[in-house]
Amino acid sequence: MKSSNQVEIAAGIFLLLGIAALIFLAVEATDSGGVKTGETYEVRAYFTNVGGLKPKAPVAMAGVTIGRVASIDLDNDSLEARVVLKIDSRFDDLPSDTSASVLTSGILGDQYVGLEPGGAPDALADGDRILLTNSAVVLEQLIGRYLFNSDEESE
Amino acid sequence: MSGKASRQSSPPKPQSVPQASSQSWLVGAVRRLGNAGVFLLTALGGMKFSLFHAGETMRQVYYIGVRSLVIIMMSGFFVGLVMTLQTYDTLSRFGAGDSVSTVLGLALFKELGPVLTAILFAGRAGTAVAAEIGLMRATEQIDALDLMGIDPIERIVQPRLLAGFIAVPILTLVFNFMALLGGVFFAIGMMGIDPLTFWGNMQNSIGLWEDFGTGMLKAMAFGFIASWLAVYFGWTAKPTSEGVAKATTHTVIATAISVLLLDFVLSALML
Repeated sequence: MKSSNQVEIAAGIFLLLGIAALIFLAVEATDSGGVKTGETYEVRAYFTNVGGLKPKAPVAMAGVTIGRVASIDLDNDSLEARVVLKIDSRFDDLPSDTSASVLTSGILGDQYVGLEPGGAPDALADGDRILLTNSAVVLEQLIGRYLFNSDEESE
Repeated sequence: MSGKASRQSSPPKPQSVPQASSQSWLVGAVRRLGNAGVFLLTALGGMKFSLFHAGETMRQVYYIGVRSLVIIMMSGFFVGLVMTLQTYDTLSRFGAGDSVSTVLGLALFKELGPVLTAILFAGRAGTAVAAEIGLMRATEQIDALDLMGIDPIERIVQPRLLAGFIAVPILTLVFNFMALLGGVFFAIGMMGIDPLTFWGNMQNSIGLWEDFGTGMLKAMAFGFIASWLAVYFGWTAKPTSEGVAKATTHTVIATAISVLLLDFVLSALML
């Protein structure tokens, strides 16, 4: 039988172990991102259709993830989808005429926002709006248009 | 506060356990549930906080928590290993092997970690608690405490109840950690998945509160259920060797079933 002192020390170590595991799991394995999220800045983009885009989807330029979708909601005036993009501050030199498109990675993959650089000399800043946008390609519309076109051609 | 009162209002004794023979099975089960509920309220109602209780609770945390570490850590590691192996194999057929960390993390934090830990805990510590209390009853130690004017519920049941409630969430965290280690070992070490992809996918897809947090809430609920059932079945064991054996068996069966049932209810509520 161990002395009660040792038992209590072991129980104390056990509690500390639990706290250590909690902190490790919460920081390393979840989106709490205490370590990863550095400085970011936000820009807005308006799309006529965002398709299946979800918050937290990646924002990529040239295939490299440079940010995340912060929020998606409907703009009451224009009735377009307002997408707020959070972009890593390391990439603060994107041209102001950068265009944004809702793209799909692979055929069944998740949707993400792809950015194409423009040629303007001044850079996008926090709170700016991306003017050139391409909406998501909705498969049903695409098929509908294709069927309609082929009908016309055959007549 | 109500320590004196609860001592007078005699806690449920083994004699008060419903006999199924004279009643239908259903009525017996409902009575048993009510019996367990009354027992729990008695134990919680007389809960006192003093230095002695804290010390005794810590000692129980050692006996039921620390002593369960080995089985939890080994099981966690191998569960993580085989989960990653199977998931990776399946996902590779769709060319999505990189998502293995997402599937592993979600399944682990939301379901496997809390549920398997609670069931392993019932097998390792719940049985020990039930057998210990049952034997105390059989060897008349509980009656002796009562005669000495020491409330046996306060002295025996409460520290074990509280210790189980503390230990299970911690054991769940340890289980999750070890399973993640097993997953990292297989995915990064053996299959050569890029570590940044592995951790990045996990961090992007697992929410701190909606996935990890709800899993921990489940672990707390399971810890409560598991320790409650263990002390209840030990407390109401018939004072014979057969009665103690039955109490340990019932602890495992009842804990496994109620944890799995509660898991479904909690998942449906929190989804």
